Amino acid sequence: MLTALVDYDSGNLHSAHKAFERMARERGSGTIVVTSEPDVVAKADRIVLPGDGAFPACKKQLFDYTGLFDAISEAVTQNGRPFMGICIGMQMLATRGLEYETTTGFDWIGGTVEKIAPADTDLKVPHMGWNDLILDARHPVLDGISTGDHAYFVHSYHFRVADPAHRLAHVDYGGDVTAIVAKDNMFGTQFHPEKSQAAGLRMISNFLGWAP
Amino acid sequence: MLKTRIIPCLDVADGRVVKGVNFVDLVDAGDPVESARAYDAAGADELCFLDIHATHENRGTMFDLATRTAEQCFMPLTIGGGVRTSEDVRDLLLAGADKVSFNSAAVADPDVIARAADRFGSQCIVCAIDAKTVATDAEGKGIKWEIFTHGGRKSTGIDAVEFARLVAKKGAGEILLTSMDRDGTRAGFNIAMTRAIADAVAIPVIASGGVGTLDHLVEGVTEGHASAVLAASIFHFGDFTIQQAKEHMATNGIPMRLS
Repeated sequence: MLTALVDYDSGNLHSAHKAFERMARERGSGTIVVTSEPDVVAKADRIVLPGDGAFPACKKQLFDYTGLFDAISEAVTQNGRPFMGICIGMQMLATRGLEYETTTGFDWIGGTVEKIAPADTDLKVPHMGWNDLILDARHPVLDGISTGDHAYFVHSYHFRVADPAHRLAHVDYGGDVTAIVAKDNMFGTQFHPEKSQAAGLRMISNFLGWAP
Repeated sequence: MLKTRIIPCLDVADGRVVKGVNFVDLVDAGDPVESARAYDAAGADELCFLDIHATHENRGTMFDLATRTAEQCFMPLTIGGGVRTSEDVRDLLLAGADKVSFNSAAVADPDVIARAADRFGSQCIVCAIDAKTVATDAEGKGIKWEIFTHGGRKSTGIDAVEFARLVAKKGAGEILLTSMDRDGTRAGFNIAMTRAIADAVAIPVIASGGVGTLDHLVEGVTEGHASAVLAASIFHFGDFTIQQAKEHMATNGIPMRLS
């Protein structure tokens, strides 16, 4: 089994790579490859889109790789390969993002990526650090994960989904902030599972065994 | 609810921990990676490596450290010391750092923060501010603080609160604020300065410099309004464990990640 971590020059792939490698080794779930090659993505059994940074820049960087988005799109929306988006890689699933300017997303999960606006104005933005997950729905990738488990966040925007059924978890930060989204064979986290110690590693392991 | 972070900081020179880490079960207390693993297991919320020599020649050592740490610790890692350009940021991020901290380079040219934040996102750009009290009121309480560089030896004439506002506007995602007056004294954080800066900016401020007791950590948050507290000696030398610190802070009403 081959899991492709898509490299489009966005942020720190090293820790995500190492976390997926470790969990793949522990559960005997094949090989993890970091790639920008459409051919490799097309062959992969699972696709992970990580990323750090601003929505418009990340989308541009991804689309600057000729054929890369088309390969991801075909694998995920036509061939039903399990997909995991992390942080910006999850936000790009939305219909649109409002960071700096309005940018269209993949529109695979309806909704808008908008600035976090805590009701309590003493709360700092970015939302940075460990927050406890409040699960809204069960999902195979959340096996062994409970409300109250902590995950590591660092972001100023979040994904407000159009259909509440697509939100699997949120956190409280002066109001609801979306933490996990899912639809069909797609799963995405606003937090960084590769930085979230035991709970994060568990989700990565579950994803590697997920058969949607 | 977002939890207050405890961040142990390891001073590193030539690939070795400088102050030493006094934990049981450590085979090599000078090895930063082994210390990082111990802190990971102990429940630290993030880790910070500070390259205190930061000469060009030993950059490779720091990259290697970042890489080896990221292979074993699945928690956020900040690296600072000698970071000058956004190329340095890129190299450190690729090596395995999650956040990179600017210090003197940002004082010399605050736009370096903007260039790095535009390219990599504010979330991974930390601006370290080292400041000293330069004016006090009639009761001796600090009312004005100035940035010092070169390990606190060189005055810049720059007001610390104004500078914090400036780097926040340039796109820094976080400020690591160290009191040069208090660093190493174990007399507690410089609360007046921490509060003045935390209240002046909308981004998180990490309080640093002077922790000697667990109450100091509490004060940094409740009175200094810091979002996170950084400490070195009290953890390295085994005075307190991370868990003790977290429990003490939780007992004092601060939301902490205990498990």
